[in-house]
Amino acid sequence: MVTTIQEVYLENKDTKTFLFRYPVKIKPGQFFMIWIPDVDEIPLSCSYIDDTIKGITFRRIGDATKKLFELEIGDKIGVRGPYGNGFNIEDGKILFIGGGTGIITLTPAVEEARNKGIDTTVIIGVKTEEELIFEERLKETGSKIYITTDDGSKGYKGFASDLAYKLLSREKFSSIITCGPELMMKKIMDIRNDIPMQASLERYMKCGIGLCGHCVIGKGLRVCIDGPVFNHQKLEHIKDFGLYRRDASGRKIFFK
Amino acid sequence: MIDISTNIASLKLENPTILASGILDETAGSMISILENGAAAVVTKSIGLKPRKGYPNPTIIELEYGILNAMGLPNPGIKEYREEIIEVKRNGGIIIGSIFGSTPEEFISLAEKMESYGVNALELNLSCPHASGYGLEVGQDRKLVKTIVEEVKNSVHIPVFAKISSNLSDISSIAKAIIDGDADGIVAINTVKAMTIDLELQKPILSNKIGGYSGRAIKPIGVRCVYEITEEYSIPVIGVGGIVSGEDALEYIMAGASAVEIGSGIYYRGVDIFKKICREIESWMELHNYRNIKDLIGVAH
Ligand SMILES: Cc1cc2nc3c(=O)[nH]c(=O)nc-3n(C[C@H](O)[C@H](O)[C@H](O)COP(=O)(O)OP(=O)(O)OC[C@H]3O[C@@H](n4cnc5c(N)ncnc54)[C@H](O)[C@@H]3O)c2cc1C
Ligand SMILES: Cc1cc2nc3c(=O)[nH]c(=O)nc-3n(C[C@H](O)[C@H](O)[C@H](O)COP(=O)(O)O)c2cc1C
Ligand code: FES
Repeated sequence: MVTTIQEVYLENKDTKTFLFRYPVKIKPGQFFMIWIPDVDEIPLSCSYIDDTIKGITFRRIGDATKKLFELEIGDKIGVRGPYGNGFNIEDGKILFIGGGTGIITLTPAVEEARNKGIDTTVIIGVKTEEELIFEERLKETGSKIYITTDDGSKGYKGFASDLAYKLLSREKFSSIITCGPELMMKKIMDIRNDIPMQASLERYMKCGIGLCGHCVIGKGLRVCIDGPVFNHQKLEHIKDFGLYRRDASGRKIFFK
Repeated sequence: MIDISTNIASLKLENPTILASGILDETAGSMISILENGAAAVVTKSIGLKPRKGYPNPTIIELEYGILNAMGLPNPGIKEYREEIIEVKRNGGIIIGSIFGSTPEEFISLAEKMESYGVNALELNLSCPHASGYGLEVGQDRKLVKTIVEEVKNSVHIPVFAKISSNLSDISSIAKAIIDGDADGIVAINTVKAMTIDLELQKPILSNKIGGYSGRAIKPIGVRCVYEITEEYSIPVIGVGGIVSGEDALEYIMAGASAVEIGSGIYYRGVDIFKKICREIESWMELHNYRNIKDLIGVAH
């Protein structure tokens, strides 16, 4: 379905949010296939959830996101979806860990958890202060917020996973929900101390509907349908997790 | 006991369902999962000599009555795909290697490699409707088709099937060329050339503009092709196109198919569609007092 961009927000110098009319029910963690006419179609998480209005938030890194960045209020984009399973948000005390653009996928989940009255702690990990997004929005939820930067320009100096390790050793959480670079999520798998965990993965997507096979990991798990969110029991059996992804042709690209 | 096992040339299948080329066959894990979900065999995605990214997205659209795609033959290249085949073989599955090329030499080189990696049979893609220089563009040239089939047959020992398109003005003469080339079977059909346009943007949705239509809508086209080929020739045929239920599979079998391939059906019924279809075939046979599926092949003629 083609929809018109109704509102545009600049989140930081490389990241924008578009709001558009898309009246369907969506769970945090689900994503759209966004068609940028004449350029590409890419998977983007739903970053704002309202009954009739939905949002996407994206960072410009290549052809498609650069072109998307140039679009304005009134321009048209194609939207398919929502696709994927989304997060399972259960009572308790949840530690959210977002690395880079991963926080985009997590923010609606944090909001839903808070709406359910759940105790939430959020680690926002970025390379440097100017890459921060959604800090205010997350503060407004009443969650406990920690910021980490690789260069120490704001908050804790170091990786989000380093701070997570510290928090996990001094506080008791009932579950961990994470999205970000795969090696970060792999690290969190290793340090989670038997705490249940959900991680949202990214793989090259073509169809989004479970047919083309491009996003398949492990023993036939389709990230677009069976994921993008996988729990620790599933992750333990996915041998490609934290090891490699595939490019548009299907060749393996190892994480480094 | 109801027997739904079947053969195509020397290939023995414990049931008539096979995964169609290009659907969930990018990785070994994916193909193994399909085999565990009941498929008697899997066909690999069509593999070429070199890695190909395929067309930019959008490459696939869900339509009301079917699925439209123009993937553009994305594949990692035969050398890199080797490990996926080896892993499926290590798990004990029957795997049919699909290959595409533009010259007999390319087909031979791919066929020899596929055979050396251990595939059980070959499927020559002479029918992809949206790849310039490949597929249907090769598959409508009678002489070239015969040469490709003949030379591939001469260079390997495994069964060789040729997959054809419904977009042929004269399906009979291409089938004849394939038979003259001594193929062991014909696979019919690939997707049907089609297009969809977005009204708001006033342009085709697929980046390649033209694509191939699959799923429910194309079943009658596939059934007709299988019937036409088996009416005239006695070569084994594998039926493909729009199979979603056991009844659909039986329709192809009655038209003359010895086995069927299933692709888009996975979208409608999940990856366990193979098991479901086998069960549906069995219960139909039980209800109609058939014990052996082979007794149903071609009965509609
Ligand atoms: C489920 C999911 C949710 C995502 N959510 C967000 C989000 O909310 N915000 C955000 O900024 N980014 C998100 N991404 C990542 C986003 O899809 C890529 O940044 C985007 O596709 C890059 O396209 P490009 O042409 O600008 O860059 P390119 O230069 O083409 O590629 C840059 C990187 O993006 C990857 N990429 C390109 N095309 C695709 C594709 N079709 N599918 C998957 N990866 C691709 C490439 O592999 C490469 O690693 C998500 C990805 C997935 C799989
Ligand atoms: C996403 C997709 C990719 C395909 N890729 C190939 C391919 O690489 N080679 C090929 O011979 N056929 C390919 N096909 C065609 C299918 O193998 C099959 O012939 C066709 O889809 C009709 O069957 P169906 O209705 O069961 O899907 C593809 C079909 C789809 C939907
Ligand atoms: S993107 Fe095609 S199967 Fe997931």
